[in-house]
Amino acid sequence: MQAMVYRGPYRVRVEEKDIPPIEHPNDAIVRVTRAAICGSDLHLYHGLMPDTRVGMTFGHEFVGVVEKVGSSVQNVKVGDRVMVPFNISCGSCYFCTRGLYSCCHNVNPNATAVGAIYGYSHTCGGYDGGQAEFVRVPFADVGPSIIPEWMSEEDALLLTDACPTGYQGAEMGSIKEGDTVVVFGAGPVGLFAAKSAWLMGAGRVIVVDHLDYRLERAQQFAHAEIINFTHVNDIVVYLKRATDHLGADVVIDAVGAEADGSFFHAVANNKMKLEGGSPVALNWAIDSVRKVGTVSVVGAYGPLFSAVKFGDVINKGLTIRAAQCSVKRHWPRLFEHVRNGYLKPSEIVTHRLPLEDVAEAYHIMSSKLDNCIKPILFTTH
Amino acid sequence: MPYVAEKPRLAPSSEELRARIPGWGVDLDPKDRPAVPKENFNPSATGARWDFPERQTEKWSRERSIEHKFLPPVFGTSCPPQGLSGAVRRYAYRYSEARASHWLLLMGADRINVLESRIQALLSGRPDSRIKQTGVLSEFTHRGVQSRFGRGRADTKHHWIDAVGFVAPYAFVAGAAYMLLRSRANKQRRQQQ
Repeated sequence: MQAMVYRGPYRVRVEEKDIPPIEHPNDAIVRVTRAAICGSDLHLYHGLMPDTRVGMTFGHEFVGVVEKVGSSVQNVKVGDRVMVPFNISCGSCYFCTRGLYSCCHNVNPNATAVGAIYGYSHTCGGYDGGQAEFVRVPFADVGPSIIPEWMSEEDALLLTDACPTGYQGAEMGSIKEGDTVVVFGAGPVGLFAAKSAWLMGAGRVIVVDHLDYRLERAQQFAHAEIINFTHVNDIVVYLKRATDHLGADVVIDAVGAEADGSFFHAVANNKMKLEGGSPVALNWAIDSVRKVGTVSVVGAYGPLFSAVKFGDVINKGLTIRAAQCSVKRHWPRLFEHVRNGYLKPSEIVTHRLPLEDVAEAYHIMSSKLDNCIKPILFTTH
Repeated sequence: MPYVAEKPRLAPSSEELRARIPGWGVDLDPKDRPAVPKENFNPSATGARWDFPERQTEKWSRERSIEHKFLPPVFGTSCPPQGLSGAVRRYAYRYSEARASHWLLLMGADRINVLESRIQALLSGRPDSRIKQTGVLSEFTHRGVQSRFGRGRADTKHHWIDAVGFVAPYAFVAGAAYMLLRSRANKQRRQQQ
């Protein structure tokens, strides 16, 4: 089969690989029809995630058709059109039984501080991902869901990570009616976080980024107020003024490890890989939220240390909520929102490329070329 | 203002927002939010029919965090550790996730792994292509210049580092070749004299 493979920082190519075998009775093999490149894939692509091995296939957002199932699989069958959450979860550990699928303890030998994610380095379990023609899906009775007849494949694809992650970002903010919500980052997750904040009754939603084309999308797609932080002298002071000096009730960090806005951190983190993530957006979130407010973090960070202003967290009495999204838990409610037209996830897709062009797709996404927000790869079986 | 008790009234009314934004407030009640409360014990809802999963066959000695009690029952089988990078990776797993040594050794192994794979690709007759693998040609097909310049992007301040990084290996090889040729030419000239 054809599969994307990592060849080192900023380098990927398509190679012939063996079709993955069934390795466990509850495995399924899925023939991938669509896969997306996630903003967090760029952390791997840029060589920021420890234990990212040459030869690995990335891709934790994918949908496809069940090709083969293991002997104990009952909930899906060959030929089913399925969407697969980016988390791999056993369904029976301490965490899964409490709905915390992203923290599953039975699927990642390499680390206890994170669950397992498809195609996301050995730190996240060493599973090949879905930017390929076929992918192994462990615990097929727990993770995948059959795509409803009425749902488009691209909506389903966006529901495997970006949309529920943004929704959970807003949910963790414990938004109350009339709250002012600031979202750092107008990428896919930030757009969905902003949109979801309204569903939870926000009074104002302000999105911050440095890319005008993304901010325009935030305005159109998520009805948000927008501000380009390069247009103001100090974004924290700007946000304080915009909230009559109180600060936002809730701030969502939807940027994560490669936040821009500081040349020092861009070099120390992105170029020299000396931090577990640039803390710029997170520190701005801490500074711009009001005292005793909530900072919700859904941007991805690596396991190394970062220079986070924790003194301000304590002194301001903040609540910090953070998590990888437990996708499957959110699906029933998000399916309703898609069906009712409150969310149309596929609206943020900007680029569609064949799997063979994966190197170009990564470069376009990484370099933010051609107003790129969300590129999708399709296979031509 | 935070200097008085009243919260600043800056937002439009809920009625106005409900009329303007599709779905406004449908999840206002925390009971409608799927991850509230955060922990919701419900083993029957997961799809699992086991107390502990059957174990996957361990085909090679699988590296694992020493913070685990045992090898978890299911694991990824991509890219087993090999060569010098593999040895460094295995060594890294002697340290817990709490230790910087663990992560820094893994990052070091990643860089060694890249070097190993470059050499392996060269020897196998399918050398890595910088142009193809970096996708850099999309700069010409997807408005590279227009996308980067004149748009106030914060990241353009450090893009020159990427350009230097991309050109540096070629400049190094060209410089080394030039020095070699010049030294040979000088040697020949001295011999002729």
